[in-house]
Amino acid sequence: MLNGLGDTAKPLAGGQTLIPILKLRMDEPSDLVDIARLPALHYMNNNDGVIRIGALATHGRIGKSDLSKAVPILGDCANGIADAQVRSMGTIGGSVSAADPSCDWPALLHVLNAEIICQGEKGSRAVSIREFIQDSYTTALIGGELVTEIRFKTPPANSGGAYIGFKKAAPAYPAASAGVQLSLAGDNVCQEVSLVLGAAGPRPVTSAEAENFLRGKTLTADLLNQAAEILLEASDPPADSRGSSDFKRAMLKSIFLKVAFRAIERAGGELIEGGPEYV
Amino acid sequence: MSDEAQTVSVEISINGSRYQREVEPRLLLVEFIREEVGLTGTHIGCDTSYCGACTVILDGEPIKSCTLFAVQADGGEVITVEGLEQNDELHPIQQAFSQHHGLQCGFCTPGMLMSSLALLAENPTPSEKEIRKQLGGNLCRCTGYQNIIKAVQAAAKTMQEG
Repeated sequence: MLNGLGDTAKPLAGGQTLIPILKLRMDEPSDLVDIARLPALHYMNNNDGVIRIGALATHGRIGKSDLSKAVPILGDCANGIADAQVRSMGTIGGSVSAADPSCDWPALLHVLNAEIICQGEKGSRAVSIREFIQDSYTTALIGGELVTEIRFKTPPANSGGAYIGFKKAAPAYPAASAGVQLSLAGDNVCQEVSLVLGAAGPRPVTSAEAENFLRGKTLTADLLNQAAEILLEASDPPADSRGSSDFKRAMLKSIFLKVAFRAIERAGGELIEGGPEYV
Repeated sequence: MSDEAQTVSVEISINGSRYQREVEPRLLLVEFIREEVGLTGTHIGCDTSYCGACTVILDGEPIKSCTLFAVQADGGEVITVEGLEQNDELHPIQQAFSQHHGLQCGFCTPGMLMSSLALLAENPTPSEKEIRKQLGGNLCRCTGYQNIIKAVQAAAKTMQEG
């Protein structure tokens, strides 16, 4: 049906990003196709080392799921998005497709090195989240394609992760966000690590240099500080109503360190409540 | 598609009664509730998905009815603030807001009540922190929230004692 309507039609999932965009006249699709009732896209499962989340799973359902208990960084993100009402409607697939530079899911999915499954008339393809998010509000989706699934490897047992969106109030978009997922050997030696900053430029900010810097080392506050500086070098947070660039850089660093320490504690098996932080 | 306004048939259950209307696809649920059905207890505050005054329950979950098209709720079951009172008796949440001065001007109150209803349905004994988190999507410019929190705590207690 989307194909038949042409490039100017848009799918409508939960509408929590798209409807505000339409009210602001930032987009003028000729037609909206309500996909929220497609029955088979609300699933979440964790089998054979792979986590699969249907594109229409809502933030609310993901946040309250067993999956979020098993992989706490997912709950940090899902339960921190906007407020309960928005989480009832908004979907993970809609969030990544909108590619708003402040949206939480695109940043979080960089930490988990997720693949985005895009289904079109001719079949489906898996696109790495790093290639999927091309620019602010711009994705690798081509005409008539729909995100149907988000897929990533189940983090190993000796790993932990944390994510924080820092915002003025629950319904606001974050002014800055940061996520860390890592696995540790004994004595806090970092085996694998994945870092991201969100709302810090047109796309989520990652740095292979910062990750390589930490890999194989015993993690200390000093090392994490240095990694934060490398990561910040790659960021370019825009000055806007949520704060100046300097303010955002300071907050990015502060919440990055907070999630890094939280990830280390969780990797050590501690149960720590996560979620958003407010001004 | 032509620019001429087309209408679609939508049927939504509100507080147990079914309402079938021919509406423009762009009609928001809050407009359906207020203008098509005439239930004006649900308020339009910011119209930007921020303030929560328009909160209603759709199929068991709290949603902002200003950020949903009526067609998206087609076939759904909605509860609005008018659905709280039963047989001329205020709902325990309404009573608690009244007794604990959980409102001043009252504009945000319908949304506060519906968000509280959703919270207590899912978590009958919420902590203060959980109440604050659940009501994070509902803004009040009068009360400073303290009495709202007290009201929800009192309502939780009354409803537990049944």
